[in-house]
Amino acid sequence: MAIRAGRAWRIGNEPETTAASVPFDTQVHDTYFVVAHFHYVLIGGAVFPLLGAVYYWLPKITGRMMSERLGQWAFWLIFVGFNLTFFPMHILGLQGMPRRIYTYQPDMPWHSLNLLVSASAVVLAAGFLLFFFEAIRSARSGLPAGPNPWDAPTLEWATSSPPPSYNFARIPIVNGLNPLWEQPDVLSVGSGLRVDRRELVVTSVHTADPQAREASPRNSIWPFWAAIATTVMLIWSIFSPWAVVWGSIPVAIALIGWFWPKRTPEDES
Amino acid sequence: VRERVLADLSKLPLHGMRSASVTWWGTMAFMLIEGTGFALVIAVYLYLMSLAATWPIDAPAPDLLPGTVVTVILTASVVPNYLVSRWAEQQNLSKVKAGMIVMSVLAIVPLVVRAFEFPALKISWDSNAYGSVVWTLLGLHTTHLITDLVETLVLTALMFTPKGNNLRRFGDVQDNVMYWNFVVGAWLPIYVCIYWIPRL
Repeated sequence: MAIRAGRAWRIGNEPETTAASVPFDTQVHDTYFVVAHFHYVLIGGAVFPLLGAVYYWLPKITGRMMSERLGQWAFWLIFVGFNLTFFPMHILGLQGMPRRIYTYQPDMPWHSLNLLVSASAVVLAAGFLLFFFEAIRSARSGLPAGPNPWDAPTLEWATSSPPPSYNFARIPIVNGLNPLWEQPDVLSVGSGLRVDRRELVVTSVHTADPQAREASPRNSIWPFWAAIATTVMLIWSIFSPWAVVWGSIPVAIALIGWFWPKRTPEDES
Repeated sequence: VRERVLADLSKLPLHGMRSASVTWWGTMAFMLIEGTGFALVIAVYLYLMSLAATWPIDAPAPDLLPGTVVTVILTASVVPNYLVSRWAEQQNLSKVKAGMIVMSVLAIVPLVVRAFEFPALKISWDSNAYGSVVWTLLGLHTTHLITDLVETLVLTALMFTPKGNNLRRFGDVQDNVMYWNFVVGAWLPIYVCIYWIPRL
């Protein structure tokens, strides 16, 4: 789905360069040509890849597969609906139809193409409806996905679907961009982190050699107070410059309370 | 997937120093953001100067004395600051305690002199564009002096508690040293802008 989207995006981008040409820009400025162009860019460039990403990662999130057959239906409805909705707008624009209008005089020659556009929008909407329906249906009653339904190479597919809240019991060690392809049957991990305090590994920047077991903070109310105090100071400062002076005192108190070490294993070194 | 344990992390230290510490990276990133802020205000200063027919606008050049005194104190403070960093490296608690008190004083004194810098500008912040930009430059740097003073005082107090003797605290001291160097380093171009460019 994402690959197919790339083509639509490329088609849409071409007018970007042509619109930089002044005579052409003067011709199509504020016409439906522009509407057609940017919808190709946005839907081809962002919406189709997003749909592809949902099909790819939703099984990781819900633990259940979306249907291949309904996915094909949704893709073709959206793809055909999208092209038939937005391609004729190029022609309408070249025929002089301005954008940002909700109606026009009946003797204008844009009627039949606009009818086609409206009908195609229904096809496009039906495709999206099917997609949303399928996303919800699959989350409830799709086939179980298993940890790696796509034989994908990256780490998120090495844990169960959906993943546990801690993601991995032991931190994976990777040697390349595609760890699950490089070592298909076994996951290399590091062990030895403490379980009585929250720890993460700090590594060197370039060679990623482990350097320290850095503590990760415990749950704390202080960041919340800091956020409240900052919000109060900033909103107050709209009304009085003195808010910056007096309002920064609670902010400082919250930050000091946040920083001040607590008697937890996290403060050990 | 079957797991194979390749590395035993239990031998790693519980805290790293410098680039092995997350706070060090946080301080660096903060300096980058704040340094960009300083650079932008200096750019605004030069831009306004390029537009103005005369510079300073409707004001004499600022008095040199308070700003120069601050510059001398700040520059001199880099030496004890460096020593504190070395003592923290050696985890020498008693020397770090003494050094932090010295650094607290060296943060308070320039702030007191700074109070005389604002009247020495000889223009109000709302008189014209020149007044606004010099007050912004000086105010922005003063905010950093205050921030670092509060940080230094809190850290000094912490070093005198039982929680002070901790590698993590010595790393905090080093980050505080690094940040003070930044506050001093950022001041020098601002000093040149405020006090010497109007005399060109």
